[in-house]
Amino acid sequence: MNDMIAIYALVALLGVPLGLYMGRALGSRRTRMDALFAVIETPIYRLAGIDSHQSMTWQAYALAVLKLHAGLILLAWLVFMFQGMLPLNPDGIAGMPWDTALHTAVSFATNTNQQHYSGQAQLSHLSQTLAIVTLQFLTPATGLAVLVAIARTLLIKRGASVLKGVGNYYQDLTRGVVRVLLPLAVVVALLLTWQGVPASYQAAPQVEMLDPQVEEIQSIPLGPVASMVAIKQLGTNGGGWYGPNSSVPLENPTPLANVIETASLTLIPVALLFAIALISGRRRLMLGVGAVMLVFSLVSTSVVVYSERMPNVALAELSQPGANLEGKELRFGTDLSALWGSWTTQTSNGSVNAMHDSFNPMGGMMLLMDMFVNVTFGGIGVGLIGFFLYLMLAAFVGSLMVGRAPELFGKPLETREMRWISLAILAQPLVILGLSALTVAMPGAVQNSNPGFHGLSQVLYEFTSAFANNGSGFEGLGDATPWWNLACVVALLVGRFLPMLVPLAVAAWLAGKRAAPAGRGTLPMDSLAFMGLTAGVIVIVNLLGFLPALVLGPIAEAVVQGF
Amino acid sequence: METVENVEQETLPVEDEALQTRASWSSALRFLAVMAVLLGLAYPLATTAVGGWLFPEQAGGSLLRDASGRVIGSRLVAQTFVGNEYFIGRPSAAGNDAASVSGSNLAPSNVALRERAEADAQAIARREGVSVDQIPVDLITASGSGVDPHISPEAARLQVARVAQARQIDEASVTALLEPALENTGWLGAPVINVLRLNASLDERYPAAPGADSAANDTPSNTVE
Repeated sequence: MNDMIAIYALVALLGVPLGLYMGRALGSRRTRMDALFAVIETPIYRLAGIDSHQSMTWQAYALAVLKLHAGLILLAWLVFMFQGMLPLNPDGIAGMPWDTALHTAVSFATNTNQQHYSGQAQLSHLSQTLAIVTLQFLTPATGLAVLVAIARTLLIKRGASVLKGVGNYYQDLTRGVVRVLLPLAVVVALLLTWQGVPASYQAAPQVEMLDPQVEEIQSIPLGPVASMVAIKQLGTNGGGWYGPNSSVPLENPTPLANVIETASLTLIPVALLFAIALISGRRRLMLGVGAVMLVFSLVSTSVVVYSERMPNVALAELSQPGANLEGKELRFGTDLSALWGSWTTQTSNGSVNAMHDSFNPMGGMMLLMDMFVNVTFGGIGVGLIGFFLYLMLAAFVGSLMVGRAPELFGKPLETREMRWISLAILAQPLVILGLSALTVAMPGAVQNSNPGFHGLSQVLYEFTSAFANNGSGFEGLGDATPWWNLACVVALLVGRFLPMLVPLAVAAWLAGKRAAPAGRGTLPMDSLAFMGLTAGVIVIVNLLGFLPALVLGPIAEAVVQGF
Repeated sequence: METVENVEQETLPVEDEALQTRASWSSALRFLAVMAVLLGLAYPLATTAVGGWLFPEQAGGSLLRDASGRVIGSRLVAQTFVGNEYFIGRPSAAGNDAASVSGSNLAPSNVALRERAEADAQAIARREGVSVDQIPVDLITASGSGVDPHISPEAARLQVARVAQARQIDEASVTALLEPALENTGWLGAPVINVLRLNASLDERYPAAPGADSAANDTPSNTVE
């Protein structure tokens, strides 16, 4: 319980000041810190040949995002495939097969960090740093950048003036990295090293086991682990150094380390509510958004905590009665594993400190639902962007309900906007359910570790996690096959770029329209009623899309088990 | 209705300049190269160097040494124990191999989980001379990492009699070693026993007579396939 209190308190106490700092650091207004950070930022712009002050059209901004990410994917793909011949490989690890390398590159370039490999055995220190850590910084910073661009295009009240451009991608990106992510990551990395997370470029020590009857040599894989785990947690990334992620004691050694890592997981997504409130001036709106998110979050966490306190039915009468400890670490117990599990699926982080595959069915189902919704704080930047997408849909529905022409912040929502908004929302069930159906229909494609209903849940979870850019898994899946790798690549790319760039385009289109003056019939977007409507739209859209699949997977599993 | 708060009319950095309408490949690739060096090389190198300098023990994997200075393992990685003169840890889906760490990934609905737990519970009941309903649940559940170094204090107490007998010492001497092997006794977390540290302290204090009553041909129950 103390741990739980410490984690919530840490997020609440650090979230507000961090958010206000981020609002100043990332907003367009000049601040005193510009000169301070210019020491690092100016050389970056100069070396890259970028005029950071030139604002871009939304098309140029989106294109810059896509081109940089194409480069990131290529860099990571090449490093993974040829790591065997490259330096910083003390354990002599061979190159990755092309398909797993491609999946890994796309997975990290989309802030997903879904892993079809086990890092400690299949990646060199160079791959874990040059390829993975670079992407773990640039992808959350991209979410930040696009969110700030949308906020300054759509949310800032500027009368009827027509906005010029949405900002400069490279400036937004660099500020996110240099002013927010990098300083936080350095602090967290050192704290974690203190707690026992390795920080070394040495080869793995080889030790003889203590019991002389066990004639095995134990290899203890090390590396610059702490620096990666810090940004993995802070950047809603989730891809760990070791295969089972932060359940491994080397990656998450103590209760204090667990408090730091769990708090880091939601810190920036929560802080962003305050940052955007500051940048846009729409404090009541952001308060409403935050309230909806908090309610979703508390409901989900309560369900998962309750579910994991229940015994595992497979172990009935084989021991003293106890909670479901299968797949969990004793130093955390079930509550802290459940809290992490629900937060990691809400925020699209995807790191784990327990194996979700062995959660009780109701807990596992809640994790899936968190990822369907994916805007309960959500990934850095993309969580709020996704929420705005739902907000646009709710504004459309709400306007029609009160008999007004659909509008958002006084700007008319017309056919072009709604067509793209619908596509971005409907792509999720289409891709997840379509690929799941294809996979179970193809003989030999599934390769899962569990029979029956849970086997279907494993497939559903994998594609849901890919589309939500989450990265956690029901990890019993034998997913390092060309089919799994390539099918997930599709889900990863669509799930990342469509819901991120459509709101940017819509924001720019709306900004170019003339605003109608607010009148009696205007939909009050910061009202309790409208936030209730938005929450309802989120729940209904996701239940309509996914309830049948949930019935066939976790619900059937729960019913058969008797709870 | 949106209240008009005192929002300053912010302007983008330079509004009068022409908008950039294209994004070039050269900016993207040059920016990527600069960031890769800063974030992918300099940041891990710097934090690893500083962390290793401040906390050399932890940075190097929290290795444990015996009296002669030989490395016997890591405080953070469980080992396999089969001899009766040692405490056993939790079941491991990875055979306590830190290079292939893994959980079982078996769902509660999976019969394979039931079968594994049944075999483990019976082996433990036989070995400790207790009935299965006395076994703490951590001893029959595989951890998430496969190298969980801890067991509950209860699970340790269950094994005291058998360990004392195998080492031909009295139970109180073994019980006395549990306390120093406790971890997480502070404000956070729940107290747990580090099995490797406990067994190492046993070996140090009460070296087992070579070839003593340790021929545990019984199946080593803390390895799961």
